[in-house]
Amino acid sequence: MKQPKLLALFFLISISVQAQDDLLSLLGEEKPKKERVKYAFKSPRVINAHSMEFLNPGTMDFRILHRFGTLDQGYKNFFGLDQASMRMSFDFGLLHNLMVGVGRSTFKKEVDAFIKYAPIRQSKGPWSSPVTLAFVSGITVDGLPWSDPTRENYFSSRLAFYHQAILGRKFSEGFTLQFMPTVVHKNLVQAASDPNDIIALGVGGRLKLSKRMALTWDYTHVLVGMPETGFYNPLSIGLDIETGGHVFQLHVTNATGMNERAFITETTGQWGKGQVRFGFNLSRTFQLKKPKLD
Amino acid sequence: MKKSLFIFLLGTCLLNVANAQKFFTKTGRIDFNATAPSSPENIQAVNRTVTCVLDAANGNMQFAVLIKGFTFERALMQEHFNENYMESDKFPKAEFKGAVANNAAVNYSKDGTYAVTVKGKLTIHGQTKDVEAPGKLVVQGGKINTTASFAVLLADYGVSIPGVVADKINKTAKIEVACNLEPLKS
Repeated sequence: MKQPKLLALFFLISISVQAQDDLLSLLGEEKPKKERVKYAFKSPRVINAHSMEFLNPGTMDFRILHRFGTLDQGYKNFFGLDQASMRMSFDFGLLHNLMVGVGRSTFKKEVDAFIKYAPIRQSKGPWSSPVTLAFVSGITVDGLPWSDPTRENYFSSRLAFYHQAILGRKFSEGFTLQFMPTVVHKNLVQAASDPNDIIALGVGGRLKLSKRMALTWDYTHVLVGMPETGFYNPLSIGLDIETGGHVFQLHVTNATGMNERAFITETTGQWGKGQVRFGFNLSRTFQLKKPKLD
Repeated sequence: MKKSLFIFLLGTCLLNVANAQKFFTKTGRIDFNATAPSSPENIQAVNRTVTCVLDAANGNMQFAVLIKGFTFERALMQEHFNENYMESDKFPKAEFKGAVANNAAVNYSKDGTYAVTVKGKLTIHGQTKDVEAPGKLVVQGGKINTTASFAVLLADYGVSIPGVVADKINKTAKIEVACNLEPLKS
């Protein structure tokens, strides 16, 4: 008597197996995988500062940066547009968490280079990290003629270095925030009383306004080592616009410099006095190494 | 009486199991191409992790595709595909649920090539539409090779193309599906 009952149960099960319409569930549940959280920023730079985002491996980012004169010059200098300072750079994505770059600025005819590496990247799924932790180390080489050619000058006097940690999180599709503790070391400073080492804390973020537009900002607060007069903390506020292969970063900033040494330690403009300038970064990425699609 | 019921039920169970022969793959391939005729660059991608299950008994067929699994030649294009067009964080999967319309014409136990029509519901970018596509089933040595090709109108699935790239991205994308299905052992 027991057996038929059992069989009837099997019978029902076998019918239900046949009748089920979700065939994919037969393959079993997919195991959740660790997945990197991508596209925290549109570009590896917030505006001036490095962002927590990296270039895709095998791509080159050609960047042209312009900073015009200060707006407070009025119509005489067409609100600063008559003057421009620029930096041109080539950045390369080597691995998903490793990139290098080299650039040259008209300001001080300075060449700079950096390497950026992220031991931890924000991810979701098992064993994931809620934040990205990245490190940047860079060097700048002043290219101006010696200010005092009569004294003995060393090449090392042209050099400055910066080291930066980036701790960032893409909180949602639309909002990203990051903090950047930074140390800048200048081998040679203007006055004996000026410190060689500058410690600063940066903050940068992005608020997406639409699929292809975002509000961005970065601010660096110098904590230790700011020369006493004439220098201010750099604040930039901008709009990222993405069009196909380009990213335009339009912004206003009080900084002229476009490398870490220059914009963190040598920003002379004051927001309060209208000494801000219009600027734009143009980024165009090229795919150097293509994956095979066949 | 008891015995005959027993045999009847056992037989039905076995029959059900035999009928329920299913085939599957987790490494199917989908080629996507939305290159406009005037475009200087190819807007195309490939996904090699397509999941498909086919029930030979009734021709029911299902596909699942992870949008993030599409690889483009240009990483930036892939980024835009995921972020701006397909919104793959919000809609991680595309799915098809349907059936081989002329399943009776296919003899799954005999080697051969069968022209089929597949009909069903295709869900992309959170939008579901009825689709119908001609395809081919090649039965060989207990395995099935399936191919199909069809076009989707991007606007049907709520994927809009901004003006600046309208000369590059076609309004319809060509989809080619190729799966080697193996028997599913349950």
